[in-house]
Amino acid sequence: MVVVDDALIGRIFREESGRSVATLIRIFADIDLAEDAVQEAFTIALRKWPADGLPPNPGGWITTTARNRAIDHLRRESRGRELLDNVAEIADAQPREEAEPVDDDRLRLIFTCCHPALSIEARVALTLRLLGGLTTAEVARAFLITEPTMAKRLVRAKHKIRAAHIPYRVPGEAELPERLRPVLAVLYLTYNAGTDGPSGDGLRHEAIRLTRVIAGLMPDEAEVAGLLALLLLTESRWPARHSADGSLVVLRHQDRSTWDRALIEEGHTIVRACLRRNQPGTYQIQAAINAVHADAESFEATDWSQILALYDQLLETSPTPVVALNRAIAVAEVHGPRAALDILDGLQLAEYHLFHAARADLLGRLGRHDDASRAYARAATLAASDAERTFLMGRLETARALADPAHGQGELSS
Amino acid sequence: MPRYLLSTHSVAGATREPMTEEQMQKAWQPIQALEAEMKSAGAWVFSARLHDPDTASVVRMSGDEIVTTDGPFVEAKEHLAGFYIIEAADLDEALSWATKVTRLISSPIEVWPFVDTAGG
Repeated sequence: MVVVDDALIGRIFREESGRSVATLIRIFADIDLAEDAVQEAFTIALRKWPADGLPPNPGGWITTTARNRAIDHLRRESRGRELLDNVAEIADAQPREEAEPVDDDRLRLIFTCCHPALSIEARVALTLRLLGGLTTAEVARAFLITEPTMAKRLVRAKHKIRAAHIPYRVPGEAELPERLRPVLAVLYLTYNAGTDGPSGDGLRHEAIRLTRVIAGLMPDEAEVAGLLALLLLTESRWPARHSADGSLVVLRHQDRSTWDRALIEEGHTIVRACLRRNQPGTYQIQAAINAVHADAESFEATDWSQILALYDQLLETSPTPVVALNRAIAVAEVHGPRAALDILDGLQLAEYHLFHAARADLLGRLGRHDDASRAYARAATLAASDAERTFLMGRLETARALADPAHGQGELSS
Repeated sequence: MPRYLLSTHSVAGATREPMTEEQMQKAWQPIQALEAEMKSAGAWVFSARLHDPDTASVVRMSGDEIVTTDGPFVEAKEHLAGFYIIEAADLDEALSWATKVTRLISSPIEVWPFVDTAGG
C-alpha cells in the first residue's frame, strides 16, 4: 500500500491543482475564489488522506471538495448568493463532471493567462501560479524577485483580467495563430528560467509537463509539437551540462553517453512527425537542429552542413541577431572560423555575453589569443549566471596563458 | 454588458496638412461606415471627435475658490483627440473593434474598461 505522506500529497497538488483551479474558474468565474477553494481542499486532504488513504480519484476529490468549499463561501456573502443563483445549474450538474474534469478548462485558462493584453511577466507568473500550482514564493524565487513584488504582480494581473473582462475561452480559428504564440513563448521562457537558479528542475519539468498538456489538447498545431520536441531534446542533454563540481560543460565537451535516450527518442519521433506534416515554424526548426545534435556520436561527427541548412531556414522565419549568432557557430564548423568571425562583426550584440564568448572562441582558433582574452573578459563581465561566469573565467585564463609572450614566440613564426 | 472607452490621441506639434473638403469627405466615409457597423451590432454607445487642445479649459478648486484657466489640465505631449464608448461581451470583442478603428485612422488606440457600476 502507498504511504500517504505530505510529499505524496504535495506531488498530487502540483499535478492536479491546475486542473481543479481551471474547472472552478469556469464554474465560478472568479480566480481568487477558485485558488482559495483549491488551496483549502488540499489542506483538508493533508488532514484526511494520511488517515483514510487516497481516494480512488484524488484529482476529482480535490475538485469536488474545492467546489463545495467555494459554494460554502459564496453562501456566506450576499453578493455570493446572487452569483450562486447564476451558477446553480452548473453546480447541480457537477456529479457528472467531478469524475472527469474537462481538459478544455486548462486550455481555456492558459489562453487567459497568456492574453496579449497582459505584460509578459504577468503571463509567466499567472501560468506558473494557476496552471503549474506553484506558490507565489516559488514563482518569485524562480524569477529572482521578492515574494511581495511577485504577489503584487499577480494581484494586478488578476485585477486586470477581472476589470477588463479578459475572456476565459479558447480563441477562435482566426485568432488562434496570433494567440498561441504568446502561450508557447511563456512555456519556452519558463523552461529557460529553469536552466538556472534553485527552482530550476521544477520549472523545466513544469514547462515540459504543460507543453505536453497543450500538445495533447491541440494535436493539430505543429508548432506546439515543435516546442515539445525542442524542450525534450534540450532536456535530454541536461545530465551532461554540468560536471561533478557543478561547472558548465559546453556541447563540444559533453559526455554524450549521459544524454537521456528516452527523451531523445521521444523528441525524434515528434520531429519526424513534424517533417511529415511540413508546416515548418521556429520551434520545429530549432527542434530539428537539436535532433541533429542528438544523432551525432561526437561534436566532430555532427552533420554540421545539415545544421547550417536548418539555421538558414530559421534565420528566414526569425531574422534576429541571436539566431544569426548561432548560425555563425555552425558556419565556423562548415567553412572555418574566419568566415564565422566576419558574420559576427556585422551583428549588434555587444551586450550579449554569448556573443563575446563565441567571438573569443573563434579568435582563439585563429591564434589571436590576445583578442580572445579580451573577448572572454567581456563575456565573463556580462555573464548571466555564476556557472557561466566561472566557465568563462576558466577559458579566459587559458587564452591568457596562450597569449603570454613565452608561448607567443611560436605563433609569430607560424 | 461591459463597457469600454476606445480613445485616440493627438500628438502635440504633429500638425497634418490641412485637408480639402473632398479629402475630408473621403477620409470620413469609412469611419462613418464603421460607426454604422458598430450601431447595427449593438456595440455603439457614443462617439465623438474633439477639437484641438488649445480649445480646452480647466476648472478647478483653489482653496474655496473656483478658478477657470486655459488649456488642458495635464501637461502632456499627447492629448485626447476622440473616443468611442462601446459595449462588448469581453475584452476580445472590444479589441476587435479597436483593431478596426486603428486600421482606419492609422494611429494607436487605447482600450479602457469601465468600472462596472453593478459592483464588478
